[in-house]
Amino acid sequence: MAEPMGFYTDTTVCIGCKACEVACKEWNQLPATDGGRHEMSGDSYDNTQRLDGIHWRHVKFVEQFSEDRNDGRWLMMSDVCKHCVQAPCLEVCPTGAIIRTEFDTVVIQSDACNGCRMCIAACPFGVIDINPASDTAQKCTLCYDRLQVGMEPACSQACPTDSIRFGTIRELKQQAESRLRQLHQLGESRARLYGADEKFLGGLNSFYLLVDEPEVYGLPRTPRVPTRNLLPSSLFSVAGAVVLAFLGVVGLRKHRMDERAIEREDADV
Amino acid sequence: MEQSDCIVFEGSNMAECHPVAFRWPMKAKVEHGAKLIHVDPRFTRTSAMCDLYAPIRAGSDIAFLGGLINYVINNERWNSDSFFREYLLNYTNAATIIREDFQGTEDLDGVFSGLMKYEGGAPEWPYDGFIGTYQTDSWQYARHGEEFGQPRGGEENAAPGRRGAQRQIGPDEPLDAVIRSLRKPVPLRDETLRNPRCVFQLLKKHFSRYTPEMVANVTGCPAGTFTKVAETILENSGRDRTTSFAYAVAWTQHTNGPQVIGCCALLQLLLGNMGRPGGGIMALRGHASIQGSTDVPTLYHSIHGYMPALSALKDHETLRHYLATEGVATSYWANMPKFLVSYLKSMYGDAATPENQFGWDWHPKISGDHSHMPMFVAMADGRVKGMLCIGQNPATSLNAGLERKGMRQLDWLVVKDNFLIETATFWNRAPEVESGEVKPEDIKTEVFFFPSAQVAEIDGSFTNTQRMLQWHFKAADPPGQCRSDPWFTHQLALRLKRLYADSTLPRDQGFKNLVWDYDPDDPARESIPGEPDLKKVLREINGYYTGDKARHLAGFDELKDDGSTTCASWIYCGVYPAPDRNLAARREPDPPGVPGAELNWGWAWPANRRVLYNRASADLQGRPWSERKKWVWWDGKQWTGYDTPDFSLTKAPSAKGDPKGVGLDAFSGTQPFIMIPDGTGWLFNSSGLLDGPFPTHYEPAESPVRNALYKQQSSPVLKYWKHDGNPLASVGDPRFPYVITTYRLTEHYLSGVMSRWNPWLAELMPELFIELSPELAAEKGIRNTDWVRISSPRAHIRAKALVTRRMRPFRIGGKIVHQVGMPWHWGWEGVVTGDVTNTLTAMVGDPNVSIHEGKAFVCNVEKA
Repeated sequence: MAEPMGFYTDTTVCIGCKACEVACKEWNQLPATDGGRHEMSGDSYDNTQRLDGIHWRHVKFVEQFSEDRNDGRWLMMSDVCKHCVQAPCLEVCPTGAIIRTEFDTVVIQSDACNGCRMCIAACPFGVIDINPASDTAQKCTLCYDRLQVGMEPACSQACPTDSIRFGTIRELKQQAESRLRQLHQLGESRARLYGADEKFLGGLNSFYLLVDEPEVYGLPRTPRVPTRNLLPSSLFSVAGAVVLAFLGVVGLRKHRMDERAIEREDADV
Repeated sequence: MEQSDCIVFEGSNMAECHPVAFRWPMKAKVEHGAKLIHVDPRFTRTSAMCDLYAPIRAGSDIAFLGGLINYVINNERWNSDSFFREYLLNYTNAATIIREDFQGTEDLDGVFSGLMKYEGGAPEWPYDGFIGTYQTDSWQYARHGEEFGQPRGGEENAAPGRRGAQRQIGPDEPLDAVIRSLRKPVPLRDETLRNPRCVFQLLKKHFSRYTPEMVANVTGCPAGTFTKVAETILENSGRDRTTSFAYAVAWTQHTNGPQVIGCCALLQLLLGNMGRPGGGIMALRGHASIQGSTDVPTLYHSIHGYMPALSALKDHETLRHYLATEGVATSYWANMPKFLVSYLKSMYGDAATPENQFGWDWHPKISGDHSHMPMFVAMADGRVKGMLCIGQNPATSLNAGLERKGMRQLDWLVVKDNFLIETATFWNRAPEVESGEVKPEDIKTEVFFFPSAQVAEIDGSFTNTQRMLQWHFKAADPPGQCRSDPWFTHQLALRLKRLYADSTLPRDQGFKNLVWDYDPDDPARESIPGEPDLKKVLREINGYYTGDKARHLAGFDELKDDGSTTCASWIYCGVYPAPDRNLAARREPDPPGVPGAELNWGWAWPANRRVLYNRASADLQGRPWSERKKWVWWDGKQWTGYDTPDFSLTKAPSAKGDPKGVGLDAFSGTQPFIMIPDGTGWLFNSSGLLDGPFPTHYEPAESPVRNALYKQQSSPVLKYWKHDGNPLASVGDPRFPYVITTYRLTEHYLSGVMSRWNPWLAELMPELFIELSPELAAEKGIRNTDWVRISSPRAHIRAKALVTRRMRPFRIGGKIVHQVGMPWHWGWEGVVTGDVTNTLTAMVGDPNVSIHEGKAFVCNVEKA
C-alpha cells in the first residue's frame, strides 16, 4: 500500500469561491440540482446546502456578527468526505461496494452498490446520499481515478488559495501543526485541528483547521458510528442482498479496474 | 502583492471577483504575516479574509483616503523619519511652486480656479455631456523666466477649448524640432517646503478638513476604526516595509473615479510606496484581457500605446500640429514622433510617406465623446444606424431600459456571442415586450446573430492586470459555425476592403490604403478556414524594420521617426523580437527562494518591466532603501537588479539634468518618474485630469445627504446625459431614501453570458437578490427570501431579499442612512433568469473617461 493520502483544509484561507465544488462536478460529471434552476436558500451564500449524491464538495458559510457589528466573522469551509481511518460506511456496507484503496481512502464502487442506504445512515458526517442519476450511494472518491495516474484531486488543484491541500497525511499534519502554532502566536486562541489525530474514527484522512467549535461548522464534536440506526437500515440490506449477486457479476464484467479493486478487497478480508 | 507587508483593498472585492489572483495576498498573509485591510460598504468574502474591516458608505472613498492623507502628514514618525522626507522632496513634486493665481477648494468652497460653462463640442454631436469645465491655466507650475506656465495637451482629449499649437509650424520642420520647441523653463522650487505656494503647503491646506471626525461623519466609518487603518498603513510603510493598495471598478465607477485613484496615488507617494516591491496601486481589471484592450486599444479616445486619438476638436490639422498639441519635450514621451510615425507606417504601409505626413489626412478623427453612454443616448435619438456588438450585452447594461430604446432605433444590429443573449432577443423577449408596452412588429431593427468560439477554442494572447502578455493555445476547434473574434474582424475587413476597392472618393482613400495582410501563408494547413494568422498580428503590433518583416524590432529604443520602422504599438515593442521568439509564450518561473521578478514568465510591457518607476526602489545614491526591499540599484557602472531597470541604464545617480535637454536628458539621476514631464510623482496634477489638481470629496450625482465638506454638492464638471429616460433624484429625495451599490459575485460573470447558461454555476447562485441589513428589513417588514420591489428614478425591478448583518446602517451627519446592494448578473435568457439590475442605474459619468456611476446611487425598497 502507498503512503496514506488525504486532504488538509485550512478554513482560515478559504474564500468561499466554490471552485472546488465546480471542479469536482466537472471532473466527476455530476448533475446540478434541477439542472441549475432551483431557489436560492437565503442561507448566506450557500445555495447547495449540503453534501449529497451529486454534491461531493460543499462550501459552508457561517455568518457570526454581533448586533452592533463590533464583532464579526464570516467563516467559510469546504466540506467533503472525511475518508475515516475506521470508516463506518465501509463497515456497514453489505455488498462490499465500499472499499479502502491503496491510498487509504474510502471509495464506493457504484456498480457494486445496491442502493441499500446503510452507508447513508452509518456516516456520522452526513456525507453520503443517493445520486438520482445512478440510483446508487455516492460521495467523494478523493479522485481515485486521478490518484491512480499520479494527478492530484480536481478540488485541491482548483483551490486558488491552497485552503484545500492534498498530500501524504504525514506531510499534511506537519503543515497543519505549523499553521496552528502560527495562529496561536497571532492570538487566534480558538484555532484547532479537527480529525488530525486518532481521537475519533482512528483519525480522518480529510482533516480541518477550524477557528471555532466543530458544531459551528456543522461537524459533530465526537463523531461515532450511529449503531442505533443500523437495525432499521439492515432491513434494506436483506432485500438488497438479493440483487447483489446479479449486480456484482454485471459490475465485474463492465469494469476491469473494479475487478482489480474487488480482488484487493478480497485479499484484505 | 506577495511582497507587501500590508495590503489595503478598497474599491475592490478581490476575493470575490479575482479569486485566483487572491492567492498572492493570502500567501503574503500566511507566509510573512502581512496585514490585510478591507475598506468597503459591505462585509464581503474579502473582508472575511482581512485583519481589519472598515465600513464606509458607498461613494465616500475620497473622504476616507483624504482622511488618511491628513493623518499621515500630521503623524510624528512621518515627519521625523528621513526616508519619508527624502522620498517626498526628491521623487515627488512636493517642492514645486504653483502659479500665483491658483485657488483651491478652501478658497472657493469646493471648486478650483478656472471653473466655467461648457461651450465646446461639435454642433453635430451634442453628446459630450459636460455640465461644466475647467480652464486649467492657473493650475500650472510657476517657472523661471516666464510669468505663467502653460498647460500641455496630454490627455485633455476631446475637452472643450483646448489650445493647440502656440506658433506657426512649417510643413518641413523636423519632427524632433517640433518637440524641442516645447521645452519650458525649469519650474520654481522651494526645498524647505515652506512656501505657501509650493505643492506640499497647498496639499496640507487642501486636506486640513479631512479629520478623523469628519471622516466618520461623511463615510460612517467609526473614528477608532479609521485610526487603526491609518496606523497599520503607517507601520507598514517606510525604508524597510511597503504597503500596496488594490482597487477595481468600485473606485472607477463614480462621477469622479480617476480622482479616487489619484487620491490613493497621492497617499502612496507620501508614504514612499511607489516604484518599490510590495508597494504600488494594483488596478484589478475585470476581464482576462481588458488591460490588453485598452493598450491596443479599443478605446475611442486613444490610439495605440496611450497616444490621444486624433480629434477634430483640437489642433490636429497636421502631424506636426498634433505633436505640438499633445507632445512634451521632457520625459520619455519626447519620443512620441517615433511612436506616432511607426504607428502610421503600420496603418498605411508603403503609402505612408514623409511627403503625405505618413498618411495623416487619412486617419479618422473623433468629434466628441463617442464612449458607451453618449452612443446609446444618440442611438435613442435615432442618430445611429447600426451596431456591431461583440462580447457585450447592452440590453442588460447601464440604464438598460434606455439602452434598449436605443437599440430599437437601429436599422441593423450584429450580435456575436456564445449564446442568444438578451441583446439578441431584446426585440421579442425584453420586459417592455412581455408587458405589451412595445410590440415586436413595431421594431425595425434587423438582428444578425453570429455564434462565437469560446476562449479555449482560440489562439492568442491575454494581457493581464500586471501588463503581462501571456500567449495561449487553443485546446479544441470550435463546434459548427462558431468562429473567433479575430476571424470575424478579419473577414469583415477583407470584405470591406473589396467593397471600397474601386472608390475614388477622397474620404475612402484611408480605408483603401489601410494595410491588411493577415492571411496565413498556407491556408490549407488551418483547421478553420478564414482564420487570420495571429502571429502576423503580433508582429504588426511588435514592429519590424520597414521593408523586411523578418527583421523584428527588439524594443522601442529602435523606433525611428523617418518611416524606417513600422510598429503598431510602441509599448508592446519587444514582445516578439525575432520570428522564432514569442516572449509572451515563455513559461519559466524563477527558482524557489529568489525574490525574483519572474522575468522569463510571459512578457510585460514596457520592456518586460514588472514594477514601473522602479528606480524609486533605491535611494538618492542608488542604494536599495533596505536589504529587505532591494529591487533595482546602481552598481557603480549601471543600473541593475531583479527587475528590468526603469531608467537610463548608465545614468549615474549623481548625474545632473540638462536644463535645455530634451527627453530623458532633461532629468537628473534622481528623477525616477521618466514618463512624467518633470520626472517626479505628482501630488498635484497640473494636467491630465479635467476635474481638479487635487482629489476632493464630492457626493455621488444621486445622494441622500448633502456634502458635509463643501457647499459644492457633487462634481461641478461631471457628465450627465439629459434624456426623458434618464431622470435623476434630487439630494435627499424622500421617494428614494436608500443608497444602493451594485456588484459581481464569484459564481457569475458580468451579465451572466459565461455563467448563467452553465448549470454547475447557475445552481450556486440561482436567483437575483438584494442584500439588506436586518435593521432596514425590520423597518420595511421584509423577511429573508421575501420578494422585494426596488425602484430608482429610472425603473423598478424585483429581487429576493437576503437579510444579513454583513450589511449595516450608517450614521451620516447625525442621521441613519441605510444602504442596500445588488449583484447585476441576471437577465431574461439562460438557465437561470432574473430582473436586470442595471435598469436602475443612471447615465451620469466621470468627465475624464466617461465611466458611469453604478457604484453609488439611490433607490427605494419595499416588500413586493
